[in-house]
Amino acid sequence: MNGNEIAAKDDALFRSIEYTGKNFYYAVGIFVTVIAFAAFLYLGQIISGLGVTGMAQPVSWGFYIVNFVFFIGISHAGTLISAILRLSKAEWRRPITRMAEVITAIVLAIGGLHPILDLGQPGRIWHLATSGRLQSPLLWDVTSITAYFAASTVYLFLPLIPDIAILRDRGTKPRWLYQFLSWGWQGTPKQHKVLNRTINILMIGVIPIAVSVHTVISYIFAMTVQPGWHSTIFGPYFVVGAIFSGIAALLIVMIVFRKVYHLENYLKEIHFSYLSILLLIMSLLWFYFTFCEYLTTHYGNEPDEMRVFFYKFSGDFAPYFWAMILCNFIIPVAILSNKKTRKIKGILFASFTVLIGMWLERLIIVVPSLANPRLGYPTGIYIPSITEWALFAGGIAVFMLGFLLFAKFFPLISVWEIQEGRASSIKEVAHRLRSYLPDELEEDEIKKALH
Amino acid sequence: MPRWGMVIDLNTCTGCGECAAACKIENNVAIVGPEESDMGRTMLWMDMLTEYEGEYPNVKVRYIPRPCLHCDEPPCTRVCPVRATYLNDEGIVAQIFPQCIGCRYCMAACPYTVKSFNWYRPEWPDTMESALNPDVSARPAGIVEKCTFCIHRLQIAKEEAAVENRDLREGDYIPACAESCPTKAISFGDLDDPDTEVSRLRRTARAFRLLEELGTEPKVYYLYEVE
Repeated sequence: MNGNEIAAKDDALFRSIEYTGKNFYYAVGIFVTVIAFAAFLYLGQIISGLGVTGMAQPVSWGFYIVNFVFFIGISHAGTLISAILRLSKAEWRRPITRMAEVITAIVLAIGGLHPILDLGQPGRIWHLATSGRLQSPLLWDVTSITAYFAASTVYLFLPLIPDIAILRDRGTKPRWLYQFLSWGWQGTPKQHKVLNRTINILMIGVIPIAVSVHTVISYIFAMTVQPGWHSTIFGPYFVVGAIFSGIAALLIVMIVFRKVYHLENYLKEIHFSYLSILLLIMSLLWFYFTFCEYLTTHYGNEPDEMRVFFYKFSGDFAPYFWAMILCNFIIPVAILSNKKTRKIKGILFASFTVLIGMWLERLIIVVPSLANPRLGYPTGIYIPSITEWALFAGGIAVFMLGFLLFAKFFPLISVWEIQEGRASSIKEVAHRLRSYLPDELEEDEIKKALH
Repeated sequence: MPRWGMVIDLNTCTGCGECAAACKIENNVAIVGPEESDMGRTMLWMDMLTEYEGEYPNVKVRYIPRPCLHCDEPPCTRVCPVRATYLNDEGIVAQIFPQCIGCRYCMAACPYTVKSFNWYRPEWPDTMESALNPDVSARPAGIVEKCTFCIHRLQIAKEEAAVENRDLREGDYIPACAESCPTKAISFGDLDDPDTEVSRLRRTARAFRLLEELGTEPKVYYLYEVE
């Protein structure tokens, strides 16, 4: 059996690769323009210094750090969610995992570069390698983000190999690329066995790495004694927020690409419904953490903490704070807990508000603590400059361009896993079900139930 | 090994700001324009905190000169990823300018907000450019700096003492702020030597330290005003 025959049924999944419309070039053009503009302004920052940003004293960290935390948060969509779904043998994961993993790889690269944008002396970055202090939480970040990037790109690539082999067998151009990347995959039982085992090992390994990534990012803040930052729940709080924003980003990407590439047959309402229930759960969990964090602060009533607290609740940052509560909790819970509104459009809207809300949350964590120093300094308001906005837009454009280019060369839905699902998962699930049940079901009883 | 420390008497301090000015000149601290200054980018290694107590019209204004506090448990050195700031053997929280990558983590971690950042390349008016202190290296854009207790003066004092073949005496090494203070409100010396003026003053009942409850063990003491 060759790849052509196998894949004929799933032609829709190859359309984005084998057919390039005008819109593709328009989109690439727009994204490249945005990226070029951002790169141009970044060059200006390199030449004249970080003075071109809106950062000053005491707010010495701004958009770059906010976006660093935000982007890395989104990167938890992928590998973590796909690993958890694989691990829990959720059959509906099949058309979802690939997109989740792509998001992770791209966004992690973008997020990981953000601290470099923030450096006053980016040319000295090698000091981290030559004289890095492992006692500094920043080094923990470098370590765990590098590990996560390595693990998640491998985790993206391995399940891609059989699909690349299908592309190779279809004769899709550029042939040398697929020839090279398919690594001699022939789909033999032994190869399948090795692949499955490797994916399983990575899947288990990647979960603690993913958790560690956002935990140590929170440690950047939590390891200082600053009011609003020095909190023991920051680790899990950040991880929950990361998964929350990750699912929202995944849902948006799924909805958009389903529409653009006509994948309605593969991404059905049920996938969105299941995933959005996960989003709803994360929303509730996020609110629980937020509630714990602020209630303990309020009862502790420590004056420096309270200044930051009221800066958020009723001070300069109140509009952002309450917008965050609205976007992260009230809107998603209202939309997603109702079956009538838990439809594609509603889910898309809720996902967008969650992304905005989670970005606001990062802003609300980084800036107010810095804006309220303990001693009596004059405090200014942080207003991001055009450079910072452009680099934010540039980061988003890099993500969209990266995703678009990935879709141009590789299938966004794992073809072989869909086929595997068709071929064997009904039987597998039936067997699993039988093992749950108290009494033994006969084979023909299962068949009867299926019809 | 001495442990250098400072005592600032708020009773004698008039809040004139001479220490801040002397510090800027001594350490080649950049001068920023008015727009930059309004943004909050004024660079002061020795800052003058103004605290208001009470409600108008019964307001009491208090001036607190604030150098780097040179903590014995510095939160800033702990987080530095590249050891560009560290606590040296003599208790000074030193900065290594060519080592700093400009991540500003130390600025975020310092509870006293004493660190300054070079947002642009430092510039001075022409006439001042030629009068920069040759003992203190000029900093490039993009790095963090702060009060070093005029550590270059310590090196000079040590060399002079070595030439004269004697130990360092009290008063050999005084930072620019202490030297310039017209009311002699700032004393400086070895905290571990019980006979120095700083040791005597910090044992008095008026002595306190800023944000002592944080456990940072600052080596700059203040003396309360006498009502």
